[in-house]
Amino acid sequence: MRYVLRRLGFFVATLWTAMTVNFFLPRLMPGNPAIAMMARFHGKLNGQALRAMEVAFGVNAQESLLAQYFAYLRNSAVGHFGTSLTFFPQPVSGVVLGALPWTLGLVGVTTVIAFFLGTLIGMVGAWERGGWFDSILPPVFIVLSAFPYFWIALVSILIFSISLGWLPLGFAYTNGARISLSWPFIGDVLVHAILPGVTIVITSIGGWILTMRNNMIMTLAEDYVRMARAKGLSPLRIMIDYAGRNAILPNLSGFGMSLGFVVSGAILVEYVFSYPGVGYMMLQAVLNEDYPLMQTLFLIITLAVLLAILAVDAITVLLDPRTAAAS
Amino acid sequence: MSSAPASAPPASNPEAPAARPTRARARFSVPGNLGRAVLSNRKAMAGATLLAIFVVMALVPGLIAPGAPGAELYPPGQGASFAHPLGTTSYGQDIFTQFIWGARASLIIAVVAGLLSTLLSALIGVSAGYLPGATDGILSLITDVFLIIPAFPLVVVIAAYSKGGGNATIIAVLVVTGWAYGARQLRAQVLSLRNRDFLVAAKLRGERTLRIIVSEILPNMTSLLVANFLGASVYAILTAAGLQFVGLGNVNTDSWGTMLYWAQNNEALQAGLPLWAVAPGLGIALLGGAFALLNYAFDEISNPALRPVRGRGARSDS
Repeated sequence: MRYVLRRLGFFVATLWTAMTVNFFLPRLMPGNPAIAMMARFHGKLNGQALRAMEVAFGVNAQESLLAQYFAYLRNSAVGHFGTSLTFFPQPVSGVVLGALPWTLGLVGVTTVIAFFLGTLIGMVGAWERGGWFDSILPPVFIVLSAFPYFWIALVSILIFSISLGWLPLGFAYTNGARISLSWPFIGDVLVHAILPGVTIVITSIGGWILTMRNNMIMTLAEDYVRMARAKGLSPLRIMIDYAGRNAILPNLSGFGMSLGFVVSGAILVEYVFSYPGVGYMMLQAVLNEDYPLMQTLFLIITLAVLLAILAVDAITVLLDPRTAAAS
Repeated sequence: MSSAPASAPPASNPEAPAARPTRARARFSVPGNLGRAVLSNRKAMAGATLLAIFVVMALVPGLIAPGAPGAELYPPGQGASFAHPLGTTSYGQDIFTQFIWGARASLIIAVVAGLLSTLLSALIGVSAGYLPGATDGILSLITDVFLIIPAFPLVVVIAAYSKGGGNATIIAVLVVTGWAYGARQLRAQVLSLRNRDFLVAAKLRGERTLRIIVSEILPNMTSLLVANFLGASVYAILTAAGLQFVGLGNVNTDSWGTMLYWAQNNEALQAGLPLWAVAPGLGIALLGGAFALLNYAFDEISNPALRPVRGRGARSDS
């Protein structure tokens, strides 16, 4: 129970940090860039909405800094993020909710695929250490993980969309298609997700392979693995149930850190493919100097990462009771 | 990017972390030994060779490709030819010249941001590991928070507000967002060192805390610090390139990220000028790859358990 409370406290601290960064950054910059932005809202917004925005960005607000800060925190907590400039007059929250499913689908699915595939390759690599499998796959993917995500995306567009013409150039579905839950539309979405998805998988898989392989090599030297060999258990059972199950734990606890990297890369992948998720939208917001939208997307991305880590934490406690007991 | 020392589960095997630092010290205290270790490791050799090529490009770009990289002197949109090995841009610039001159910016960002991040990681990680209770608690909390907040969105937010900043701004942003991972690893290492005899002895001698940290603890973590520097450099290369690619750097500098920005803005791929985008990307990838290969090799050098085994019989007697 204490463990759960401590983790929750930590998540609140992280979210609070992200909000505080949002609040103080525009005020810290020379000549507050938000002032220029607010000028573009002039005459468009009514009294109350305008005041909320002024409080959020510190533009000719009357209250003290502390009062502004608390007003901003209160507005964020209840989901009042202001109005988007790019999608005027839509509120930011609505715009973000429209983009979120695309990213959750693309990044969520590819992260899970990369985790399982990477863990599997790392496990088998360590088991067959020095064999052909181990000499080819881990080094190749580890070098690939040092490649820029967005460049892999560009090259895959060049090969599969422009040269071969097999797959679409970008976006999440064919331009003009009606969004519906029909099979043709779902198929269309899947076809559009292939290139961005594969890009994310092949560039993020290296990290999983490396940690899993290293952990597995350590675990394979343990006495209980030797014991299992002496008992004459089948190699597959030793690899998965004895060594693999223990080696996967550090990989799971590393999930939180790695997720940040994956999300970061996915933003650029979305940008290259004009995939209408939160990453693409965030960069659009930056280019349009749409600070309310940008800040909200930053918060939402942080929140999504925190929720994913929370889920992984729960899985880790289930697999390894020591984590809860140790704290 | 993660290296073995932090991921080795200390609970199950208390001997291993304690034994490693002495071995690392013996290996790294003399530069000659380090050199020999790099020479005998194929991955390290490949990484070092690649890096050497880029260093030469960064030091004397004028010798390889004379001329100004930004000059719009040639017929635009040409394919590869003898005069222009990589063709020309839509503005009539020579792509090969731009590629060679671009190495400098990426290398400077990688090395400076890598060094500064490692410094910050060491400062915070070692303090957290060595200082008592409350200090450790606060520093660890800050580290974990910075580790979890997704770095690139944060980088984008900061860069968006401080727009038009040059390399110095980019480096500052990269250091602020890139130190936490290393700090956490270093803290774990210090925790495993803390109760060893030589540190207890130093404390009993009455050494000041700062002196203990600088001259007793840090030298014992050289291999981890090097690994950290390499990891932070890869992060800096990729993130800086990403920022420049979306136009959040200074778009008038000569760098690979900026080349990609202009290539993307002019739809180089669709316009039949793929080399404009392929060349700088390959530069970033190979430079990042060089650091990653060195890092991978360092894992093996500092942790003999991970070295490749020759022949299959070796496994059974481990």
